[in-house]
Amino acid sequence: MASLSPVRTVSTESNRNNVSVKSNPSVGTPQRFSLPPKSSVAADSGQRFKISALKVFYGPKEVLHGININISSNVVTAIIGPSGCGKSTLLRSLNRMTETVRRARMEGEVLLDGENIMNMDVVRLRRRVGMVFQRPNPFPKSIFDNVAYGLRINGHKGSLAAAVEHSLRRAALWDEVKDQLHKSAYALSGGQQQRLCIARALAVDPEVLLLDEPCSALDPVTTAKIEELLFQLKPSCTIVIVTHNMQQAARASDSTAFLLEGRLIEYQPTPKLFTTPSDPRTEAYITGRFG
Amino acid sequence: MERHFEHDLGELKERLLWMAGLAERGVHQAVQAVFQKDEALAKRVLEEEKAINEMQIEIDDRVMQLVALQQPMAVDLRFILSASRINNDLERIGDQAVNIAQSALRILRHPQVKPYVDLPRMSELAEGMVRDSLNALVHRDADLAKSVLIRDDEVDHLRDQIFRELLTYMMENSAVVFPAFELVLVTKNLERIGDHATNIAEDVIYMVAGRDVRHLAADRR
Repeated sequence: MASLSPVRTVSTESNRNNVSVKSNPSVGTPQRFSLPPKSSVAADSGQRFKISALKVFYGPKEVLHGININISSNVVTAIIGPSGCGKSTLLRSLNRMTETVRRARMEGEVLLDGENIMNMDVVRLRRRVGMVFQRPNPFPKSIFDNVAYGLRINGHKGSLAAAVEHSLRRAALWDEVKDQLHKSAYALSGGQQQRLCIARALAVDPEVLLLDEPCSALDPVTTAKIEELLFQLKPSCTIVIVTHNMQQAARASDSTAFLLEGRLIEYQPTPKLFTTPSDPRTEAYITGRFG
Repeated sequence: MERHFEHDLGELKERLLWMAGLAERGVHQAVQAVFQKDEALAKRVLEEEKAINEMQIEIDDRVMQLVALQQPMAVDLRFILSASRINNDLERIGDQAVNIAQSALRILRHPQVKPYVDLPRMSELAEGMVRDSLNALVHRDADLAKSVLIRDDEVDHLRDQIFRELLTYMMENSAVVFPAFELVLVTKNLERIGDHATNIAEDVIYMVAGRDVRHLAADRR
């Protein structure tokens, strides 16, 4: 597969150029006309989630009407759509958080790495699929204990302090809190609390991170930090983010899914969806003509 | 309720059409100055180009502001980017009109080389292409835009024909070399105007259908 990628093709070409350059000391100038390699997204390493005919009911009300969508590994997938379209419900289905709602019911199939999540132990599922919510919700504990909490209940072996530091670093919070780890998490600013929640979610090393409007309560500077963080986390984590902020979806994601009234209307690479969407409803929504 | 943004988009389009009107008028007056040996008309083209240049700067400012302040998406983004490119093409069409007007002033000093037959046909074609490319923009009409692309081949064909003919005249009689050479330049200017109209039509297709047809063979457009 890899040898078929355009980047690889170009690099072998430039190797060939380098060989022939030996006879010509004009270093660096290509012998033949060639285009510079295109910067490309990391090659798709497969599907993490395969979701088919997913329906979710709250009591008698059907809020998702049979969603089919595959979510790729190690990319950021954004889910957008107007209020009440079911985007949060779809996100919460992925680690069965919907079950915490009374009288909620799921139909259809959600496969995580080929395994049906309905047949998995829910604690194990949620360890693999972590979640961060709209409002930062740190525990009423110290910064350290917030991050260590999940490690302790999972029987972490080895240095707890090292693991906490690692998670805080991954969440781009370490430098700001390293001298006050035993202060209450509530002493932190909103943006810091949100990154603490991300650090807490990352501590148990999840394969997937679900984020439900993680920046809606944050200022632009902190928002930018979290978006940068998503980019940094991509190589080690699959990220699904629900957002009301279309610019955020455009900036931070690789693929975008547009939901409307419980149905998946369009699912495209993000640059395509925001420049030349296929469905007129997507176009109307992202240009602010409804919703 | 019409949003403020829609209003701004509408204004951008109006200003673009206004500029297109000026550019079209420039081309028409410049070629008429050649055909009718009208010095005053040629000078008017030189005078009126200033307005086109001012419009170019104004439209660029509007584009910059819309992108910076409104973060446009999808069809709006495609329209605004197209407007920016069309703006440049219109300004270049204005420049070509000036070139033709300057040639006209020089041609006027000589007796007419030959009756003008193909040149008026070519200028009508090129002017029509500019007009229709802008009509396609107004009506979001990708088919009309495609018809502009097809007509560019006719313009190129006429250019070759006129070049051959003028070359014959120059070889036969060196006294006509100077005015005939100016006519070669006018022909080249008209061909470039057709090319700019083609660019505009391609932008319209991108704006309406989201398809980039630049540098594609005719059957794949």
